[in-house]
Amino acid sequence: MTATRIGLLAGAVVLLTVPLWVPGDYYVSVCSQILIYAIFALGVDVLIGYGGLVSLGHAGLFGIASYAVAYTLAAGVGHIAAVIVALVLALVGTALFAALSLRVTGIGFIMITLAIGELLWGLAYRWISVTNGDNGISVANRPAPFGISLNPPTHFYYATLVVFALSVFAAWVFIGSPLGASLKGTRDQPRRMNALGYHVWLVRFCACMFSGLLTAIAGILFIYYTQFISPQTLTLTASAEPVLMVISGGSGTLLGPIVGAALVEIVKNIASAYITRWNMLLGAIFVAIVIFMPEGLVPGSRRLVRALLKARAKAPAVAAAAEPNSGEPTP
Amino acid sequence: MNLWLLLAINSITFGGLLFLLSAGFSLIFGLMRIPNLTHGSMFMLGAYVGASMVMTFHLPFWIGAAIAALTVAVFGGLIERLLLRRLAGAEQAQVLVTLGISLIVADFCLMVWTGDPISVATPPGLVGGVRFVDLFFPTYRIAIILIACVIGALLWVLLDRTRLGAMIRAGVDDPQMARVVGIRVSRLFTIVFCLGAALAGFGGIMGAPILSVYPGLDNDMLPLALVVVILGGTGSLLGSLVGSFVIGFIYNYGQALFPELAYFVLFLPMVVVLVLRPQGLFGKQAP
Repeated sequence: MTATRIGLLAGAVVLLTVPLWVPGDYYVSVCSQILIYAIFALGVDVLIGYGGLVSLGHAGLFGIASYAVAYTLAAGVGHIAAVIVALVLALVGTALFAALSLRVTGIGFIMITLAIGELLWGLAYRWISVTNGDNGISVANRPAPFGISLNPPTHFYYATLVVFALSVFAAWVFIGSPLGASLKGTRDQPRRMNALGYHVWLVRFCACMFSGLLTAIAGILFIYYTQFISPQTLTLTASAEPVLMVISGGSGTLLGPIVGAALVEIVKNIASAYITRWNMLLGAIFVAIVIFMPEGLVPGSRRLVRALLKARAKAPAVAAAAEPNSGEPTP
Repeated sequence: MNLWLLLAINSITFGGLLFLLSAGFSLIFGLMRIPNLTHGSMFMLGAYVGASMVMTFHLPFWIGAAIAALTVAVFGGLIERLLLRRLAGAEQAQVLVTLGISLIVADFCLMVWTGDPISVATPPGLVGGVRFVDLFFPTYRIAIILIACVIGALLWVLLDRTRLGAMIRAGVDDPQMARVVGIRVSRLFTIVFCLGAALAGFGGIMGAPILSVYPGLDNDMLPLALVVVILGGTGSLLGSLVGSFVIGFIYNYGQALFPELAYFVLFLPMVVVLVLRPQGLFGKQAP
């Protein structure tokens, strides 16, 4: 427990001081991006890790929120109204998404969510009168809550950090709640949960809605971060990204998606400056993770550390036990 | 009137290509319960390898196509033997590894064949059209339709009339029981995976003269394969055949009639089928 607290404190200090020690504005922006994707990945992890439901269509929900902000702002509405419209639309979208995809689980769920994500991408790509097609929609300026402009990267970073902290806290509360516990129950033993009187479908539906909420929050932050949205944000690759973050970091943990988001975004934004074939590097990293740490980086490292500690604790004992024998001549 | 007929021919042609792509996908999914998200990459890889053989090495089209199919089959076999084999039942790891491989393949193709689209010449002898009564049919498209039909028939014979096919069907229906009666299901997995990969690669080079070969082809085709399989039902040959042609028609007519909502119209029948019949039109049970 104390180790967790020390870790949390260290993490908070590192995150709070980011603008002080990273080498420039660009890297501050990369950190904002990591946090945004961490929120997105947390939302996806609620389904993957705790519900056992792998969704490959979440970029669609992310995109609904982003497009809603961009479209309503372009229509001349204020920031608060735009954010509210985006949240409502994304949640309605999530409800439909869940109603369709929760008819099945397992691989069927993967395929249906993928197809729904493609459907939303198709709308964004082709419904030009609303989405402006491939040209996308730009957002002129970021909001200025309490009179503080979010245009400087550092200000935007701290705003993102606040939302990120709240999202992690919300996810932590959700996972620890009775609803979260019953979600884990539906993941492991859906039939027993049903027999115990839980409404398995409803539990999963609630998890989808919470996941959609986190995704929408990430989508809203994203549109203010890039100030531009195009169908590129809704592609299959974009949907696969948070899933890859979650599984590579370790599904079913709160830290895993954050680590995964950092890994992917760092390779994408920083390693790509040095390596042309960074996509191949990313793919190779994923394959390596599957081979060496199939449970993901966070649980995998935990297991390694535990094994190392155990080996170290055992080593003196083994040496002590071996000593009297080794001195003895064999009869 | 002529436009409608042309659209119909294009739809059937595209359906034939989709069938080559989705038959293997459906078998792999039905037998091995693996969501093979590299299937689009296999289609693209086959197209690129074939295009190189035909356009750069000036091999005859059909030899190039055979080499492409074989290359992709070997590639698929390696993935199955070296990676997917260890991950039986671990669905999240399968998603991670298949997506990781598709990233690698996409980047590899970009590195080797650059980002410029490659157009492949129609094989000589199939250029031009056939005149029937007073209508004009492009020969190559008719050839694709015929080839898809022949491959469909061969697959049907393989699955329905041979010992191997009987073992594969047993593996699809009940893998544990198949093991108990002495069928080496793990070898079947490799065979089916290679077969599916070869079909996808062959479909890629067959489609190349029509679709051309470009980066992103993999992500264009994978969702279509998924929709076909969801529509037709997993593990069912008839399902992927019917699904392919339905999607072929909807894709082409949708593009022509409702260009703004083309993709929406494409994915709509899938949603309807899911609501009314979650296991797909010809599927046996909900996955």
